Amino acid sequence: MAEIRVENLKKAFGDFVAVKESSFTIPDGSFFCLLGPSGCGKTTTLRMIAGLELPTSGKIFLGGEDVAFKRASERDIAFVFQLFALYPHMNVRRNIGFPLLCQGVPGAEIRKRVEETAKLLRIDHLLDKSVSGLAGGDRQRVALGRAIVRRPLAFLMDEPLGTLDTEFRDLMCEELRQLHNRISATTVYVTHDQLEAMSMADHIAVMNHGVVEQLASPRDIYDRPATVFVASFIGSPAMNLLTVNSRIAKGAKAIDLQGAPIAIPEAREDAPGEKLTLGVRPEHVRFSDSSPFRGEVFGTEYLGTTQIVTVATAQGHLKARLPSQIAVRTGETVGLTLAGERLSLFDAASGRAIRTALYEERPHV
Amino acid sequence: MTAAITAHSVVEPSSASKRVAGAIVIVYALVSMIPLFWIFATGWKTPPDSISYPPKLVFAPSLEGYCNLFTTRTRQTPEYILGLGPPQTICDRITRQRDMVIAGPSNYAPRFINSLIIAFGSTFCAVVLGVLAAYGFSRFKVPLKDDLLFFILSTRMMPPIAVAIPIYLMYRQLGLSDTAMGMILLYTAVNVSLAVWLLKGFIDEIPKEYEEAAMIDGYTRLHAFFKVVLPQAATGIAATAIFCLIFAWNEYAFAVLLTSGAAQTAPPFIPTIIGEGGMDWPAVGAGTTLFLIPILVFTVLLRKHLLRGITFGAVRK
Repeated sequence: MAEIRVENLKKAFGDFVAVKESSFTIPDGSFFCLLGPSGCGKTTTLRMIAGLELPTSGKIFLGGEDVAFKRASERDIAFVFQLFALYPHMNVRRNIGFPLLCQGVPGAEIRKRVEETAKLLRIDHLLDKSVSGLAGGDRQRVALGRAIVRRPLAFLMDEPLGTLDTEFRDLMCEELRQLHNRISATTVYVTHDQLEAMSMADHIAVMNHGVVEQLASPRDIYDRPATVFVASFIGSPAMNLLTVNSRIAKGAKAIDLQGAPIAIPEAREDAPGEKLTLGVRPEHVRFSDSSPFRGEVFGTEYLGTTQIVTVATAQGHLKARLPSQIAVRTGETVGLTLAGERLSLFDAASGRAIRTALYEERPHV
Repeated sequence: MTAAITAHSVVEPSSASKRVAGAIVIVYALVSMIPLFWIFATGWKTPPDSISYPPKLVFAPSLEGYCNLFTTRTRQTPEYILGLGPPQTICDRITRQRDMVIAGPSNYAPRFINSLIIAFGSTFCAVVLGVLAAYGFSRFKVPLKDDLLFFILSTRMMPPIAVAIPIYLMYRQLGLSDTAMGMILLYTAVNVSLAVWLLKGFIDEIPKEYEEAAMIDGYTRLHAFFKVVLPQAATGIAATAIFCLIFAWNEYAFAVLLTSGAAQTAPPFIPTIIGEGGMDWPAVGAGTTLFLIPILVFTVLLRKHLLRGITFGAVRK
């Protein structure tokens, strides 16, 4: 197992820059997610780590050795593909044993390790079956088996659950995380599904337009988004973003919204611009008749234990997550309070978060 | 009284229309097989039966056509034949009934072997070149890829025989006329464009993740190509090989023009079988019947691949 360090990694396809000067470190044994919308450069980054694409410039250290321009076969990594890429002309046993065969491991040793791996993944009863007849989840397990069997320095996974149906996906999420806990191999996992990333990862790098916007634990990404993009990408429904025409200076503890002061975590720096974006999670919005910040109920979505209520305010639509017992009628005017200590503030021009007391709390790592 | 409501699918053809379609296919197949049947039957007729009018549908089968196909014969006097002693083989006996004796083997066997060498040789070359070129076009960034592919396809935009005269002159200059090498080269050149296009389609359908997985597992690209791509392209390779083989096996025009002796193939040879007093139709029928066998065997052996091959891409896997 090894640490992966990426330094100033860049990849351009002609004029299109897929990955812009990214740097990050993946600690040994951690489960690391690259998360972002399609076309953000996450898969390209992973393929560069794997050696399936050569970077335009930059360095990739795998266990201390710079492998950026080495062949995939010269890097000790295993890759799990979205479409599994199980060789259809081989049965399960030969698929799992294939990487060992490539490395010239003797037959008896291959047999032993394939059987160990199959037991670990609970697919030992399928070893002599053809891969084409397997169900999605089992195919995924075989693909994982092929990765695990060689005991590589790192596992790289490119949306491995993307083609499974929801039911299998939840199950495999759990299994993957349990497997990781058992063998604690450094894992780099690419996904566009925030739930997968949040539920499995130790660390998440959120990418957009070829740039790593934030690298932190799932909790920090959710509670302390570093940019407007991260704030809007993570969470379902996403964080509410309200434009506020108000300057704040270092030490400010409130901002002015519709003439009403709204408490915020204490600002630890001056905001550079005239306009701010106030970020508030739907679960941090409450109804309060006495609040001067008011809006009209636009619609509700019932979700079982909670409901999402959309309120039209002067600053735009605001979604609130409320207990489903509260009766809300469309069209009624309500007062809103925001949980001050949990608010995020962004500079509207750059989209960057403004440092506040919330962001300076000890991060959850 | 209400009409009975029966459940029926709107996409599945009804059983009646299936039966009609089946009947049409069978009738069509029978009609197209009449010439084949006629040639097969002619091979077993005697020369008088083969040209009798009205044509004989029922006749006493004879091996004369096959005997004549493989032998050359000379006419002798009945006294000479009587002095030869008992006939050694069935063909001896049949030949002597016509006041002739077998003088030696005919050229059919060597021409047939030429056909085998040239057809299988050129098929092999076209498929090997085709699969490598198709892989390159499918997987790599080739400069001017689309133009090159169009150029390759454009070689099939006119009938090959349109370039017969330049090729004839060129081959005479190069000493390739009437050589197996020359014919293999020619048929390979004609077939390679078909092979590249067909195989590119097949290889495009093989996800490149398979090779990437193999390369990560420690194989080189070449190794991955042989161990992972080729086995999966087997269907496409089989289908392509059959198409190439059928063309090279049946090709007549170039064979007439460019071969006459050592490298002559069976198609131009068969019509030259001349018997006494005109064409020896039973020998022609026999020669044609035998000529069909290799393609038949090859196609039957690969028919599963061929069926998958020609419907390939119609339905996603």
